[in-house]
Amino acid sequence: MSVIFALATGAGRSAVAVMRLSGAGTGEVLAALAGRLPAPRRASLRLLRHAGVELDRALVLWFPGPGSYTGEDSAELHLHGGPAVIAAVAEALAALGARPAEPGEFTRRAFLHGRLDLTAAEGIADLISAETEAQRRQALRQAEGGLAARHAAWAQRLTQLLARQEAFIEFEEEDLPGDLDARVEADAATLRGELEAMLAEGDRGEKLREGLTIAILGAPNAGKSSLLNALAGREAAIVSARAGTTRDVVEVRLILAGVPVTLADTAGLREAADEIEQEGIRRALARAETADLRLLVFAADAAPDEATLALRGPDALVVLNKADLPHAGLEGALPVSARSGEGLAALRQRLEEAAAARAGLAEVAVLTRPRHRAALREAVEELARLPEAGLPELRAEALRRALRALGRLTGRVDVEQVLDVVFGEFCIGK
Amino acid sequence: MWDMRFDVIVVGGGHAGCEAAAAAARCGAQTLLLTHDPAKLGEMSCNPAIGGVGKGHLVREVDALDGLMGRAADAAGIHFKLLNRSKGPAVRGPRAQADRRLYREAVQALLAETANLTILGEPAEDLVIEDGRLQGVVTGTGRRIACGALVITTGTFLRGVIHIGEQRIPAGRVGEAPSVGLALALERLGLPLARLKTGTPPRLDGRTIDWANLEMQPGDAEPEPLSWLTEAITNRQVECGITHTTARTHEIIRGSLHLSAVYGGRIEGVGPRYCPSVEDKVVRFAQRERHQIFLEPEGLDDPTVYPNGISTSLPEDVQRAMIASIPGLERTVILRPGYAIEYDHVDPRALGPTLECKALPGLFLAGQINGTTGYEEAAAQGLLAGVNAAHVAAGSAAPATLTRAEAYLGVLLDDLTLQGVSEPYRMLTARSEYRLSLRADNAGMRLTEKGIAWGCVGPTRAALHRRFAADVAAALDRARAEGATPAAYAAAGVAVNQDGRWRSALDTLALPAMSAEAAERLFPWLRDLPRRVRAYVEAEALYGPYLARQAGERALLEREEALAIPPEVNFAEIAGLSNEMRDRLQRARPTTLGGAGRLPGITPAAIAALAVHLRRGVSRETA
Ligand SMILES: Cc1cc2nc3c(=O)[nH]c(=O)nc-3n(C[C@H](O)[C@H](O)[C@H](O)COP(=O)(O)OP(=O)(O)OC[C@H]3O[C@@H](n4cnc5c(N)ncnc54)[C@H](O)[C@@H]3O)c2cc1C
Ligand SMILES: Nc1nc2c(ncn2[C@@H]2O[C@H](COP(=O)(O)OP(=O)(O)OP(=O)(O)O)[C@@H](O)[C@H]2O)c(=O)[nH]1
Ligand SMILES: [Mg+2]
Repeated sequence: MSVIFALATGAGRSAVAVMRLSGAGTGEVLAALAGRLPAPRRASLRLLRHAGVELDRALVLWFPGPGSYTGEDSAELHLHGGPAVIAAVAEALAALGARPAEPGEFTRRAFLHGRLDLTAAEGIADLISAETEAQRRQALRQAEGGLAARHAAWAQRLTQLLARQEAFIEFEEEDLPGDLDARVEADAATLRGELEAMLAEGDRGEKLREGLTIAILGAPNAGKSSLLNALAGREAAIVSARAGTTRDVVEVRLILAGVPVTLADTAGLREAADEIEQEGIRRALARAETADLRLLVFAADAAPDEATLALRGPDALVVLNKADLPHAGLEGALPVSARSGEGLAALRQRLEEAAAARAGLAEVAVLTRPRHRAALREAVEELARLPEAGLPELRAEALRRALRALGRLTGRVDVEQVLDVVFGEFCIGK
Repeated sequence: MWDMRFDVIVVGGGHAGCEAAAAAARCGAQTLLLTHDPAKLGEMSCNPAIGGVGKGHLVREVDALDGLMGRAADAAGIHFKLLNRSKGPAVRGPRAQADRRLYREAVQALLAETANLTILGEPAEDLVIEDGRLQGVVTGTGRRIACGALVITTGTFLRGVIHIGEQRIPAGRVGEAPSVGLALALERLGLPLARLKTGTPPRLDGRTIDWANLEMQPGDAEPEPLSWLTEAITNRQVECGITHTTARTHEIIRGSLHLSAVYGGRIEGVGPRYCPSVEDKVVRFAQRERHQIFLEPEGLDDPTVYPNGISTSLPEDVQRAMIASIPGLERTVILRPGYAIEYDHVDPRALGPTLECKALPGLFLAGQINGTTGYEEAAAQGLLAGVNAAHVAAGSAAPATLTRAEAYLGVLLDDLTLQGVSEPYRMLTARSEYRLSLRADNAGMRLTEKGIAWGCVGPTRAALHRRFAADVAAALDRARAEGATPAAYAAAGVAVNQDGRWRSALDTLALPAMSAEAAERLFPWLRDLPRRVRAYVEAEALYGPYLARQAGERALLEREEALAIPPEVNFAEIAGLSNEMRDRLQRARPTTLGGAGRLPGITPAAIAALAVHLRRGVSRETA
């Protein structure tokens, strides 16, 4: 593959900028620039020159493939971070036949060379786009193979189960352990329980990666926009004493307990005559539907409205706003005031708890993408068929399919691995 | 300049060679079978048994293509057993232990009655290649024989070396010289050779075995023939004995490991994982107190007994001590010591899906020379190579080949030519992802029509098959059309969901609650079905729902299989492929996307890139 290069550090002025190169031919490019190839994986200081012009004195690293990040010959140039230096080196690299990398191309090459499994590649992509500490830690864990390791442990156990079943089918005449067949079903049930537990951990990994949405809902003038502004710490939405002020959904981004959260202020719910307001209400309800959490706002100076009461449920947090005004309280509602600030700290804390519960960093590597969940669910479904399968070849079929489903998480699983276990574990043959 | 001329020459008269020669001749090719000693045609070099799980499936496939093996085994069988009887029909494997002499006679009789076939007792010593084309062979007596296509099936004879303890004897089988000239000729062709090993146990004198004190095992009361042409087994049936190694046996072996050819480090070839020598068993499974041994008579009037389970390359005197430590064998005389054999095989990745050498069109390789082990694996390859050799000699371009979804033979071809071998390759049902549909009982339904089209199926078999296929179709139609309500099933004593839904016979025949009697009470016509037809219908009823569930996946696999990689594709030009992937693909040159996906070390990402490239090519052409 052609030699690609890209700045590994951010754009703009900095003390040091790292330029990465990868691809067959990197060695020639590097030698042309730095005089000769330095010793592999050792930092050496070199004067970079091109077309008789001195470019920069840089720290040069040479990583011959396949033991490099991408699996190809690669190199790093630690340059002085001025824009002019970077531009001159980039120009020289292009003149030597290299081309600027496309976004993610280094990781894609690493994946193509089998240096990373699919989950690790996903982890690296997440690491690069991580905004919060919790996201960063989750992504790093996956990039470092945390999910692949959990997967490998299951796949290994499943392989073992399948091998036992296969041995029972292929080698009836050998004196194999008598309970071989009986144990398969029990062990498969245990494994299934663990996979189910993983699924039951929910979609917190995905949520942490993608972020949560919280919709603020309530009657007109309940003070939804005022609360949004108070939580965001800026005047993001228009506030007025006129009922029906907010029409479009107004979003602000917050970080709650390390989880990126989109807070959405919506139009007040009521029977509206105005066509635009009707559309706003439709959007509000649609948002209520898809949000991870609903913040229901009632006002101390108005009776609780039916439309908002109807939205109560396990994913709803209820507040009674305008608690600065005299009020009799509301069952199950946290009293707050966007105006005086009363109860806002408690509200923030409740929101943080809710975010952590739905998307907080878990103890172990978790599923972070819908495709992970789909693969696992399929494996569970196949394992669930085992008890009713009745015949060993049908049990084996279910186990094979479960293994294949799991394999989709990181790559493929092949027959040879199963046979290895069959012949390693049982004494078979003449 | 030529002494003789044939359409097809087959070199080697083992199981691969016999099937290859017979198949080519059935296809109408004037065929010559060249082998050291025609009296040894049909020789079983090791275990006197044919069939088993996976292997029995292969025998039925060979039989469905009108091959010899099933018929010969039925004529020679003296102990039949349908393995996995208690499991489902997909994994039931028919097996026969054969009288060695009767088997040889049966094979030789079948060859003698094959038209278009000439047999010559001379070894092939060299190949004649002119202008990069295969022209013929030179025999041991210097005869030059021209051919249109050549099948080499020399088994373990390529630079074979037998090891018994510290003794090394160059040989193909015990007492037979190895083929050196031919090995050199293949090497000159640049075919990649590698070394494998296998072993065999000592042969015992049955008259000196204490049978009275051994557990005996009879064969099946109703022997299941290996060939569908066989009406009934008529040979007298014998029993096998069972005994075990003892702590003393293991002690003797451990004490002499340094003398074993395998453990003494005198053998470099790789042996099979599933056929470990008894030395291997004692070392690798040290916790086991004993290992089972089957004592299998090699013939009705032959005292030789094959002790299945103790293959060894220990010196003869150690073998004697070892045997004497086994219950029932205390006074047993060894007729021939066990040995290990090391031999060259050709890396089968040098072959295409018809077993033709990519480097030299017209040259086919089949059998153990391709790194397989076993009579059945050899026979199946031989048959396919023979058919294709006949086609090539006749100038036909249509290759006869099978996919993984069609046959175990397809699995074998695909595994060999794409994956190569790292140990002697043996068929196992676990190797097939289509196990539920590749059954021994439906081999004919899967393959005989193909065989008729290829020209290798004779009129008797074709007629028998077509009658069976018509019976099956009629029975399946009836089983789909006739059925009952839940109430009617319940009245017959079959519990089904009382949901008022009518269910066909095919829906309910395989239910655990459905006994054979209940089935016949509900559907009396089942009783009138021929036994095999009924079994077929029952198998379809059992696996039908599973096969339906897999239909989507199968369709995907078939689509990948159908996406051909044209020979002109240049892997180096495909965007998104790493150099390593390009190299691997370039070397193996898979013919379909499915095949590419099964190459070892090919990453899913590379397959995606290849698929994109191929699909783009297709749409550009059709656009
Ligand atoms: C010691 C030993 C132990 C084995 N153990 C087992 C086992 O436990 N289980 C199992 O499944 N399989 C076993 N096998 C393998 C099985 O016997 C073979 O896989 C099978 O017979 C191979 O068939 P084939 O036709 O390829 O070759 P073979 O049966 O070896 O036949 C080769 C034929 O080629 C002929 N020939 C060789 N060179 C020439 C030449 N230059 N010109 C003309 N003719 C030539 C020979 O005379 C012979 O007839 C064993 C084999 C051996 C030798
Ligand atoms: N006293 C008091 N007044 C408040 C409080 N919060 C908001 N208000 C007032 O209530 C009125 C409505 O506030 P908004 O935040 O616009 O209410 P809203 O729920 O967004 O209304 P719509 O957008 O029309 O649905 C404004 O006049 C606010 O100043 C509060 O905590 N206490
Ligand atoms: Mg508002």
